[in-house]
Amino acid sequence: MKRTILAVLLCAAFAASGFAQTRGGDAVKGQGLYLKNGCYECHGTVGQGGTGPRIAPRTAALTYIRKPAGQMPPYTPKVMPDADLADLLAYLVTIPAPPPAKNIALLNQ
Amino acid sequence: MAGAAALAAQAPKGAAQVPNADGRSASTEAAAAGANGVRVVDRPGSDFMVDVIKSLGIEYVFAMPGSSFAGLHESILNYAGNKNPEYITCMHEESSVAMANGYAKVEGKPVAICAHGTVGLQHAAMAVYDAFSDHTPVYMILGNTQDATRRGGEVGWVHSAQDPAAMVRDYTKWDDQPVSLAHFAESAVRAYKVMMTPPMGPVAITLDTDLQDEQIPPGLDLRIPKLSMSAPPAGDGAAVAEAAKMLVAAETPVLIAGRAARTPEGVRLLVELAETLQCAVLDQHRRMNFPNRHPLNQSMRAGAGGKPLLIPAALAPDLVVGFESNDFYSALRGVRQRNPQLKVININSGDLFLRSNYQNFQRYTEADLSIAADAEATLPYLIEACKKLITNDRKRAFQARGAKLAEAHNQALEKARLDASYGWDASPISTARLSAELWGQIRTEDWALVTDSSPWIHDWPLQLWDFTKHYQYIGGAGAEGVGYAAPAAVGAAFAHKRHGRLPIAIQPDGDLMCANGVLWTAAHHKIPMLTLMHNNRAYHQEVMGLQGLANRRQRGIDHIQIGTKIYDPFIDYAKLAASMGVRSEGPITDPKDLAGAIGRGIQAVKSGEPYLVDVVTQPR
Repeated sequence: MKRTILAVLLCAAFAASGFAQTRGGDAVKGQGLYLKNGCYECHGTVGQGGTGPRIAPRTAALTYIRKPAGQMPPYTPKVMPDADLADLLAYLVTIPAPPPAKNIALLNQ
Repeated sequence: MAGAAALAAQAPKGAAQVPNADGRSASTEAAAAGANGVRVVDRPGSDFMVDVIKSLGIEYVFAMPGSSFAGLHESILNYAGNKNPEYITCMHEESSVAMANGYAKVEGKPVAICAHGTVGLQHAAMAVYDAFSDHTPVYMILGNTQDATRRGGEVGWVHSAQDPAAMVRDYTKWDDQPVSLAHFAESAVRAYKVMMTPPMGPVAITLDTDLQDEQIPPGLDLRIPKLSMSAPPAGDGAAVAEAAKMLVAAETPVLIAGRAARTPEGVRLLVELAETLQCAVLDQHRRMNFPNRHPLNQSMRAGAGGKPLLIPAALAPDLVVGFESNDFYSALRGVRQRNPQLKVININSGDLFLRSNYQNFQRYTEADLSIAADAEATLPYLIEACKKLITNDRKRAFQARGAKLAEAHNQALEKARLDASYGWDASPISTARLSAELWGQIRTEDWALVTDSSPWIHDWPLQLWDFTKHYQYIGGAGAEGVGYAAPAAVGAAFAHKRHGRLPIAIQPDGDLMCANGVLWTAAHHKIPMLTLMHNNRAYHQEVMGLQGLANRRQRGIDHIQIGTKIYDPFIDYAKLAASMGVRSEGPITDPKDLAGAIGRGIQAVKSGEPYLVDVVTQPR
């Protein structure tokens, strides 16, 4: 429930950022699209980052996906329609935060 | 043969030698013939070659067997008793050379490799280029039959060349094809000296099969020249004094280390210089140059992966000094734009030796002061010159600078730990989790990483582990050739064996498949090492490249797995290793299973065995 509310809030934020949001995103479909579109190749399967930066559990800038700088290729509407993008982003905001690093003993040695 | 032998047997000692129909001297034939006319040799030329190799202190020969150097092979086994040098069986010539590369970077001394001058060297070529680009000594011995009338049929011909080393001459320091044993001795000693003088690099000596196989003529006065090693070239005194003046006067100097530390002393010297100046150090990680957790090490601030290809803007340098920086031009990108007054000093032995064809020398770097010299050899003079110039006022300023850098270093470490926590429980397993699980179990051991930390695993070991010793890190392939990591790791682990260390390899899957016979070499020669597969089931660099291209062309990525992914079927690396005698387990997909597997692996390694754990991982 909490995640749904967060997703709604973030979708509102996306709309405010200029993205033509046509409907609320479907997180389940978004997960499939995240994998199908190869987002994980650079950002990891749970958005933790890799060659590309960490993109979850925080919001990704929609305008950036359409017109990225640096090494990231553009995901234009032709290869990723607005509806798919909404689903994708709905998925990203549902990814839970990891346990605090200070609570992971292996990361404090 | 019998006739020639009989004729030669009557010839007085010291008589002029007349070539027979094969071009071999009659007296040589005579010496090689037994009483019944059967050709026997009791003191072949290759025995002397072994004496020369021994004189150079070469302890091992890494080789896949080949008929063109069988004479030397036999002498190693039966004349030298397979000791100094000992023959280490390899399953690919590329592996021989890459193993030699890894060994040299750990032990600080070379081994020899043997290969056919034709088909063997063709296999080895990429690894030779890696060694050349990595300034690593590799002593190559190539077999060849120069005399066209002595080549054994079709195979002998197709395995011979007029000039075998020509194939790799663009990326070796020196080569020769001696025509006599005396010539061999001189060239073998010269090759060693050239190879070990910085900038170091591979050399090749081509051995003629007849020179190996024929009897050493009785009475022939053979001697081995004394090896006279050259002192490494240190920087010009006036230039070093000027560099010290610039360093002491600078407010925000940054030291960039590429292959600065050739030896443990190089690490100590770089630390001394940095601490004297309390200035920032960025490590390009081509060697273990500088302790990664030293407070002045700012490499983690350079962004994801920890490889400072770019100088972080926050460092705002007014002076950058490169020490054997391998891609100095790229490191300076952006900094020059932000600060047009930036001063640059380049201390690099690369300027002392260049080849034209292959472009491993990188883009031309503009510098205010360029010193063509070996960085490690120059450091003592630079440190001394700096210390003489530092006033009490400057010392106070330096202390304040160092304190700020230490704080920034700690913040970067905390950020790395935070970043590592993301995807902690993910499956496939994150490379951060893999690295952290390893560190949790090796940190109290005498460990060494024998593969590159590299972007492939996001440089996690260099972010999360504590590297303090020179032998704990060997960098990667000098020319970024895929297929280097696995054999270099086995060669490095072999060097660690005599010291009883715990070698750790984080092995990319695609790389292992280039020449996985090194697993058998590790098992056969009982080389202890723990290999954790970074099995992302892809040539992932190419996945990203092709995906980017397809998206820029707006065609989608539905087909980019063709030619880039390793699937259908997935490779079972545990079974692959087991088939070659390496104990193994996996594939492991749940991060909770990692700790147990690593623990079992460490126990196996401590008992003197190689062990492999197949870990299915995130792409990076």
